[in-house]
Amino acid sequence: MPQTIGIPKEVFSGEKRVATVPDVVQKLLKLGFTVSVQAGAGEAASIEDDAYRAAGATVVADAQSLWSGADIVFKVRAPSRDEVNLMREGTTLVSFIWPAQNPDLLQALAAKKATVLAMDSVPRISRAQKMDALSSMANIGGYRAVIEAAHEFGRFFTGQITAAGKVPPAKVFVIGAGVAGLAAIGAANGLGAIVRANDTRAEVADQIRSLGAEFVPVEYVEEGSGGGGYAKVMSEGFQKAQRELFAKQAKEVDIIITTALIPGKPAPKLITAEMVQSMKSGSVIVDMASEQGGNCELTEPGKVVVKHGVIIIGYTDLPSRLPTQASNLYSTNLFRLSEELCKTKDGVINVNMSDEVLRGTTVVKEGEITWPPPVPKLSAAPAGGAASPQAAAPKPTAAAAAKKGHGGGGEPMSAGTTTAIFAVAAVLFALVGVYAPAAFLGHFTVFVLACFIGYMVVWNVTPSLHTPLMSVTNAISSIIIIGALVQIAPPVVLALDGGEVRPDVVIRWLAVVGIALTAVNMFGGFAVTRRMLSMFRK
Amino acid sequence: MSGSLTSVAYIAATILFILSLGGLSNPETSRRGNLYGMIGMAIAVLATILGPRVSAEGIAWIAAALVVGGALGLYLARAVQMTQMPELVAFMHSLVGLVAVVVGYASFIDPAAAAGMSSAELGIHHVEVYLGVLIGAVTLSGSVIAFGKLSGRVSGKPLLLPARHWLNLALLLAVIAFGYVFLGAPTIDAGMKPLIAMTILALLFGVHMVMAIGGADMPVVVSMLNSYSGWAAAATGFMLSNDLLIVTGALVGSSGAILSYIMCKAMNRNFISVIAGGFGGGTGAPAKGGAAAQPAGEVVAVSAQETAELLNEAASVVIVPGYGMAVAQAQHTVYEITKYLREKGKNVRFAIHPVAGRMPGHMNVLLAEAKVPYDIVFEMDEINDDFPNTAVAMVIGANDIVNPSAQDDPSSPIAGMPVLEVWKAQTTIVMKRSMASGYAGVDNPLFYKENNRMLFGDAKKMLDEVLAALKS
Repeated sequence: MPQTIGIPKEVFSGEKRVATVPDVVQKLLKLGFTVSVQAGAGEAASIEDDAYRAAGATVVADAQSLWSGADIVFKVRAPSRDEVNLMREGTTLVSFIWPAQNPDLLQALAAKKATVLAMDSVPRISRAQKMDALSSMANIGGYRAVIEAAHEFGRFFTGQITAAGKVPPAKVFVIGAGVAGLAAIGAANGLGAIVRANDTRAEVADQIRSLGAEFVPVEYVEEGSGGGGYAKVMSEGFQKAQRELFAKQAKEVDIIITTALIPGKPAPKLITAEMVQSMKSGSVIVDMASEQGGNCELTEPGKVVVKHGVIIIGYTDLPSRLPTQASNLYSTNLFRLSEELCKTKDGVINVNMSDEVLRGTTVVKEGEITWPPPVPKLSAAPAGGAASPQAAAPKPTAAAAAKKGHGGGGEPMSAGTTTAIFAVAAVLFALVGVYAPAAFLGHFTVFVLACFIGYMVVWNVTPSLHTPLMSVTNAISSIIIIGALVQIAPPVVLALDGGEVRPDVVIRWLAVVGIALTAVNMFGGFAVTRRMLSMFRK
Repeated sequence: MSGSLTSVAYIAATILFILSLGGLSNPETSRRGNLYGMIGMAIAVLATILGPRVSAEGIAWIAAALVVGGALGLYLARAVQMTQMPELVAFMHSLVGLVAVVVGYASFIDPAAAAGMSSAELGIHHVEVYLGVLIGAVTLSGSVIAFGKLSGRVSGKPLLLPARHWLNLALLLAVIAFGYVFLGAPTIDAGMKPLIAMTILALLFGVHMVMAIGGADMPVVVSMLNSYSGWAAAATGFMLSNDLLIVTGALVGSSGAILSYIMCKAMNRNFISVIAGGFGGGTGAPAKGGAAAQPAGEVVAVSAQETAELLNEAASVVIVPGYGMAVAQAQHTVYEITKYLREKGKNVRFAIHPVAGRMPGHMNVLLAEAKVPYDIVFEMDEINDDFPNTAVAMVIGANDIVNPSAQDDPSSPIAGMPVLEVWKAQTTIVMKRSMASGYAGVDNPLFYKENNRMLFGDAKKMLDEVLAALKS
């Protein structure tokens, strides 16, 4: 019985995104699910109900019938009280939850015996990047922050020399080079501004430069990487040096975009009132951390305010301001998660708690709160890989790569096949045991054990090494030379029965031919393997 | 050297062989693994020569044979082109098979080998001789045909005789019947006739088995023959009561079998039917049916210049190499292009299908030869999901492994085989010599897709032109 995925219309005021777009509906249907969408769910993101119908979803009239008919609900914002009340017992909910900030919500969901996967809790490991909605939303937010700044800013971003006079380029300073910061750098650079950026994590300097910005470091030595690709709280001395740097930059630049967040903590106050005062009139600050209290002291969350002649933008819904794009990316993240949840493609999910990614994402499992998860063992890919999808995408971690053997090569055999093989083996062994003489059995033991060793040793071979492996096993199979060696001139100690004469010459020539042929294989095989292997390099 | 000392040396050699195979499963340890193999082999050979079963008069013969054979082997290893690796390996398998046959015969006509055995032991010894020769002969002729197919001396098309499964069964029964006669033979001369007859039958069987397999499935065949050569060595070990031979043969045999199994999985083939040699049973007939349903659409050809422009505009490029790249020796040019694009900040990656080329890992070896760093070379499973986000997928001389019919058309002979989903990229460029179909003999709807461009010509020549256009 395939499960139904329900897509309600978002109720949070001003929220324009929708959790699933028609393209993804089609893909979900392919995974075997049925999909129902609340009428008008995609309206704010410019998606008609008819588009959903055309993609194969059923459109239901209101939230009540949607929630009651759905086994799984995909949402963007964490559910409201009313929505939790509408929820059927045992429903699976996938949305942003922010469990640290919303313990009450977690309790309420647990009381509903729900299973809840929090898109904000997807572990930041390489394998989970495709479902990392925080990154995809931050990417959009960073872009939109620049657009908002450009909108409020009274000048061009790009420098121009025109007949009507010279226009200096705008200077943009980006604080925090996570996904949002990097997206902002890229967008601002694209508009022609001079971009500078700062981050407490030294390893992102290259990423900043790669997007065409200048990295302005804090002149103070301290490692700023916390766990999982995030930043951490810095020491007092560092913060002082940092403030001096920001104060200096504030005087010089026209636009500041702040993205500094520390997980589970209020956003650090980096831009003080004095700094704002020191800025040129007409400058713009976009505070992307405003939802967590803001990086600027004067930010008012959700609003645009003018303080000391500086426009401070504190929107908390930047991704939602690009609703179509955001819905597209978010629903792709959800689809990737669905793939992990439904590996069998039969439309029934399986929240496998032994899977690191699903374990981390699941905050409530069948009414039991499972948040916070155990600390993930793997850090994000080096150089803050998780923070930068474009740079890190082609770099799966070594562990992930190692686990991927060959196309499904590591799957266990079915129980039936295994039983059959064991049965046949048992019969064969019984026959051997009954009829074979003792001398043979010794060899037979060795033979069987060696077969198993071969199996164990080779099972996990890296596919790229198949050819060298084959070539080396081929070289090793020239061990058959021993067969020829012992025949060439055995010491004549055995008295032969019945006066038989050993045809020495014939055997010798056969053996010599055998040795020569194997020697070709032996030397050639090892040499060619060596040649191949010497070409492998990182 | 005493017998015990030889045995201890054999144990050391065995361990070194196991370490060698283990080392070969990872690029970091692979070179050491090969070294272990060489040391193990040297120990085994020296221990045998100096051991009690070889007398001094044989040493000169042995040395001469080793020098001649070794020199030839080293010369071959040096002279072979990397693209001819599959042929070389197949050729070498045939040598192992031949030696197994030779040793089997020699052991049979050697009365010393069977001296002092009880009648049950003698029976088993004869069974071992028979099996050793049988497996050796199949390996020999099978490898020769595989060599011929790989080097183009024999047609790659599967040769499907009518009632070939019955033919195989008849051959098997005949082999068993001759075996019965052979075991009952009172003297060596009397046993010789059935043994020779069986050898001929086994050779025929090997030929028939590999002839029936299409060129596209050769990687599995090469690996399977590898396994057979191991079993031949193990059978010889039983025959001569030599544990080192048994262990090493079993190691090689089982590792080859596992490797074939892994590959069959990757190609969605049935492992049993490969080992039994009835391989590709469904391939012949439906291929014609598939050809009747010609994919509709138009083929858009482009020039090297246009290809270069497409590449220049793309932010991300995935290169899918196939046998065509190997044949044209284009891997170095491919790397030049890769290097150029990477320097321009583009994300260039390689996607390797598990059975691309004519033997497993063939493409990896070629790319490694061209010094492509292996962290931009990805397996099918790792990269398949990324094609929708790829601007240009460039297919160089590959066909069946990028054929969408495998997924879309259940009647296709390659239905169910996992393929690289290149058609999901924004644009695909397929480099091919002509519109001819691949080894599986199936038409490829990819060529007719709207977002596909064809660059016709020899891969090396065209890529050189693309590189020149890129740099200008």
